[in-house]
Amino acid sequence: MTYMNKTLKEIHSSLKKGEVTSAELIKESLAKSHEIQEKCNAFVTILDDAKEASVTDNILSGIPYGAKDNYSTKGVLSTGSSNTLKDYVPFFDATVIAKLKEAGAVMVNKTALDEFGMGGTGTSAHTGIIRNPWDISRMCAGSSAGSAAAVSAGVYPYALGSDTGDSIRKPAAYCGIVGFKPTYGMVSRYGLFPYASSLDHCGILCRSVEDAAIVIDNIKGQDDHDMTSWDSKDIHLEASLNGNVKGKKLCYIKEICDINNYPSATPELKEHLANFQKTLEICRSMGMEVDEVSIDKDLLDAEPAVYIVLSYAEATSNLSNLTGIIFGPRGEGKNFDEMVLNHRTKGFSPLIKRRFVIGSYVLQKENQEKYFKNAQRVRRLLVDAWKNLFKTYDAVILPVGSGPAKHLDGALDILTKDTEVLEEHLQIANFGGFPSITIPNGFIDNLPVGVNITGNCYDDANVLNIAYALEGKMNYKNMIAGEKR
Amino acid sequence: MKTYKAVIGIEMHCELKSNSKVFSGAENSFAELANSNIAPLDMAFPGTLPRLNLKSVRDALKMALVLNCEIPKYMYFDRKNYYYPDLPKGFQITQNTEPVGINGYIEVPFQDKTKKVLIHDIHLEEDSASLEHYFDVSLINYNRSGVPLLELVTEPCFNSAEEVLAFLEYIRTVYQYCDVSEADLKKGQIRCDVNVSIMDNDATELGTKVEVKNINGFGNIVEAINYEIKRQSELKDAGRYTEVLQETRRFDEDTGVTMRMRSKVDAIDYKYFVEPNIPKYKITDDFITSVKKEIPELPLARRAKYLNLYHLNEVDTSILIKDKSLSDYFDECIKLGIDAKVAANWIISSIMGYLNKTEKNISEIYLTPKRLKDLLENIQKGTISGKQAKEILMKVLEEEKEVTAFINEDNAQMSDAKALEELITNIINNNPNQVEAYHSGKTNLFDFFVGQVMKETKGKANPILTKEILQKILNK
Repeated sequence: MTYMNKTLKEIHSSLKKGEVTSAELIKESLAKSHEIQEKCNAFVTILDDAKEASVTDNILSGIPYGAKDNYSTKGVLSTGSSNTLKDYVPFFDATVIAKLKEAGAVMVNKTALDEFGMGGTGTSAHTGIIRNPWDISRMCAGSSAGSAAAVSAGVYPYALGSDTGDSIRKPAAYCGIVGFKPTYGMVSRYGLFPYASSLDHCGILCRSVEDAAIVIDNIKGQDDHDMTSWDSKDIHLEASLNGNVKGKKLCYIKEICDINNYPSATPELKEHLANFQKTLEICRSMGMEVDEVSIDKDLLDAEPAVYIVLSYAEATSNLSNLTGIIFGPRGEGKNFDEMVLNHRTKGFSPLIKRRFVIGSYVLQKENQEKYFKNAQRVRRLLVDAWKNLFKTYDAVILPVGSGPAKHLDGALDILTKDTEVLEEHLQIANFGGFPSITIPNGFIDNLPVGVNITGNCYDDANVLNIAYALEGKMNYKNMIAGEKR
Repeated sequence: MKTYKAVIGIEMHCELKSNSKVFSGAENSFAELANSNIAPLDMAFPGTLPRLNLKSVRDALKMALVLNCEIPKYMYFDRKNYYYPDLPKGFQITQNTEPVGINGYIEVPFQDKTKKVLIHDIHLEEDSASLEHYFDVSLINYNRSGVPLLELVTEPCFNSAEEVLAFLEYIRTVYQYCDVSEADLKKGQIRCDVNVSIMDNDATELGTKVEVKNINGFGNIVEAINYEIKRQSELKDAGRYTEVLQETRRFDEDTGVTMRMRSKVDAIDYKYFVEPNIPKYKITDDFITSVKKEIPELPLARRAKYLNLYHLNEVDTSILIKDKSLSDYFDECIKLGIDAKVAANWIISSIMGYLNKTEKNISEIYLTPKRLKDLLENIQKGTISGKQAKEILMKVLEEEKEVTAFINEDNAQMSDAKALEELITNIINNNPNQVEAYHSGKTNLFDFFVGQVMKETKGKANPILTKEILQKILNK
């Protein structure tokens, strides 16, 4: 009997009935961790000495989970998948980790990521490439690659992720699972290693919308340590899942979803967009109104550059604390400058260094107006465009990426310019801090693809409920990679 | 050396008073033990986030209002990015885009008049860690990392080191009056950068600006300014003014000279941008009003009152004004109806001596203005003499008991005329020889009789009354 492939409520019920113990669950999860580590290289640390927790009325109690390795975990190595922190053992827990501990959840491993969350391929972790359990020649996308691989492989029902551009929601699509980032500030970022603070979100990778709601209910809340967090005690996500979506209004964007925008579309892309239309039909069949809307193509085309400018600029500053002086392996050198230079030169991957150079460049006095300030202005325009949609619609529904998981060999394959918006549009939810969820909506070449639903700030319950209803009408809930459906 | 017109601007950093640091929960207090007041943020451990101290925000806003500044609609912060060992985050959180106050001014007493000092801006930021350099090693103490710092930037509106000194001394008392800082120079709570340039007296264009950074202590500031004026003037005299460069220099306390740190060309690009982890905070009218209520009467206003209304002299006024708690005590005395000059006299001549000796603050002594009033009333009533009052004052301070505890039968002045007359009659009857000698012209024997009375009463006889009665009986 295996349990780690089940939903949280099912596992909780078995624990309550005494059919299984917390210790047995941990044992199963650890065994599965080692198996998946072998296959996908998904973890930085596997906690073989993880201790069982007593089972209470909290659904999470006694049940294993994984945490992305950019969460600060007291007494447990936390590297951000970077050589700059390869030996760093924090002395404090991130707020989210502390809340899960309090709920009785058991952390069994720390998952690998693109270094400090920067990267969308899962190939830049200091521990090596992370592989997709559906097909190990393919990527999981990133940066929450290890979390996505582990959840889809059935190591545990959920893992923590973080999302600055689409770092939860894209890997979720590539791995056939659910990825949700709530409204900015609903979950405290205290203890999350920052990438770009104004875009960083904590969130969850799991296999059902209900599980997402249960976990977020447990980790959300205002936190004295995070001034951007807000009071959500009147929001009860799980309790709001009623599946009643009749009369809800959705929209999708013509400039992103219309196949005619992509003259050189691959067969996968054609299938992906056709499949998306099928999903829209399911929405309509449930009594939801689904409209096609138009957004200025120039504005959409500016989006990827805006993300690059803003996130790289913030990253340059956020990661300036990594000097190797106070923590991390100390660099060699005769003085402070040399030691820092040595530590950073050795520690960071080339990708990150490139981002620092760009981030620094756009912040320079003579460039700031042209790049950084303009990017902030376009960010505002995009957010306003989406907020305008939310005046009429409950949510925007869009396909995730241009098809299923890419080949790792093709990780080198540069995105063609015309599908760029399709690949990157999820970042708009980070610009606006919008609640945004990806759920699986089909298969192409036996590989899962996903659809995304994004709503207005503080409307998390509505977004989850729409996803919940849609999930119920499709056959992709609670999938485990490789298992017969 | 020709005399040129000097133009000076000041950037004054002052550590603010608060329970915790400006962006972390660590204690903000002077600690002997290095690295004992630290929260994870103060050492920039990964994942830590700033949490803004509301008290520091109020204090910064309070000073902006005192300096008659324009107040922005929102309070927010910027990151100033640079690498230095004393800056663990790799950036300082400060206010660049929208300082809490801009375009202000303040009147400052200077010589017999006042000088209007123009304020460019005032902003709230965090202090860095402190470094100690040794021969082959440098040590970092993070206790100071994140201490709230108020930076006040003036326009280049000073023409001499004396003006600057008057301004600094006055602002220091203003900070103390407003209770935002101890402004303790000994603890290094005030540090300044000065900008100095010179120009011909009839010139209209400013000369080349030289910045001297991070000077500790008012004496050093005066010295550094004067050194720069002299250095620049001598170069100008010698026709070598082009050698005065727009640069940053530091002041060497041991030798009293300034030395080049870096030129303008090497100026650091701080790559400022808005701190994303501290949401914009709306500065509402209500908030401003509530902060305004906390602004006390400022030293300049008190000064005018003491001189013009209470007619205190310049010296006494300056002494009382300099320390807000002294001035508060004095004002309380006035409120209780004590004569201004009498109150000033008692505070300065008696109470301050005790304060100096015990290193106490006047606000914490047992002798409250009310008790001082009790004491003074007893002198007025004639219950005690001025000399006795001084003794009792010390006893009240030291033994911390009410004034009345020391005015009992033992030490109360004997002012009962009838009893005194009886006593004096007895003395005269017992000293017939002296009485005779007195009457035969030895009038200085009068003092002998006074002495006898005092001896009998252990000094408690009312001296005036004693003399009156003696005159009366002896000259009968």
